[in-house]
Amino acid sequence: MNNNEINYEMALDCLLLAGRIMIESGAETYRVEDTMLRMARSLEIEDAQSYVTPTGIILSLGRRQKNKITSISNRITDLHKIALVNSVSRKLTTKIITLEQAFEELVKIQKTNYFLPITIQVLAAAAASGALSILFGGRWSDVPATFVAGAVGFLVVTILQEQTKVKFFSEFLAALFVGLVAQFALKFHLGTEIDKIIIGGVMPLVPGLLITNAVRDLMAGHFTSGISRGAEAFLTAFAIGSGIALVFGL
Amino acid sequence: MDYLIHFILSFITTACFGVIFNAPIKAIPICGFVGSIGWMIYYTFMQQGMTEIQATFLAAFVVAIVAQVFARKFKTPMIVFNVSGIIPLVPGGIAYNTMRSIVELDYTRGIEFGMKAFMISGAIAMGLVFAEVIIQITYRLLNKGKTSMQSFARLKRHRTK
Repeated sequence: MNNNEINYEMALDCLLLAGRIMIESGAETYRVEDTMLRMARSLEIEDAQSYVTPTGIILSLGRRQKNKITSISNRITDLHKIALVNSVSRKLTTKIITLEQAFEELVKIQKTNYFLPITIQVLAAAAASGALSILFGGRWSDVPATFVAGAVGFLVVTILQEQTKVKFFSEFLAALFVGLVAQFALKFHLGTEIDKIIIGGVMPLVPGLLITNAVRDLMAGHFTSGISRGAEAFLTAFAIGSGIALVFGL
Repeated sequence: MDYLIHFILSFITTACFGVIFNAPIKAIPICGFVGSIGWMIYYTFMQQGMTEIQATFLAAFVVAIVAQVFARKFKTPMIVFNVSGIIPLVPGGIAYNTMRSIVELDYTRGIEFGMKAFMISGAIAMGLVFAEVIIQITYRLLNKGKTSMQSFARLKRHRTK
């Protein structure tokens, strides 16, 4: 029964990669731990332990095995990758694929960019902004201005995020541009209520997912993750707020 | 008529956020559906004169239940459906008013709006967690009931033989 010997090195790399992709795509902490431990148990590694935070993962496969750490510096929201990692883990636990195949698939998932083209994303952000301004009690005459504000805001945040990699800065400038578009719309009589235009325009930037994930992590007992995600959400909200504030101050 | 417009617009909003968060393409219309169910509940209760916090809690609760049902049906993680589903409930407008009041040096109103935004995001998270726990308990009870019923039936069959 030499076939049944567990390849601990590869198992360690595979589990850690799965956890890393999930955290980088914005999964909840308890789901990441659950996935990693489930995969470990299906490989017949019974005493695996993990410690997951949004900035790094520590994984140990037992007393006699090596431990490994991975540090994580950037996090986005990418639900497609979470779903893919989930299906790989599901296939591994039901023994449809082997550990080697799972590892290959995970490497492929990590390298691929599953996002839709940027034009479609900007259009989606614009449409969402326009629709939200009506839902929040705005007027139909303000929809075109909100549409443009949402598109500009999302475009600015995406481009600057790629160029500078400083989240605070790109969100600040995006909010500033949303505010400027709203003021121009008001000046040239293309809009009436500046509040509703700005609220609609910044909604694609608002850290709604971060806030709720933070509270859920806290409730699940992952206090470190909850507090750090809360800090990230607070920073984003502060960036948006100060960007808008600058427009009113001008 | 009002309800129809709100249903369609909340569908558009949530589906578009599904695109921004890069949900799997097949799941995007379902995301839209989950979001519009949540918003319709929020909107209906708000029309009945409930406070925003209560309405948000109930809407988030229902969003999580519907998301869980779809997650089990499509074997996709639940987060795919409920992340975009709660977007219309996120207190963006109130957070904006908070910042605006603080900038205009009206700190009292700023704190008031800030507390409200905090309470509403707490209500969203509470709704999600409560629904998740209740669903877990229900599924466990159902499974146990089924197996114990079956084992009971089997026992009975053996005895009558």
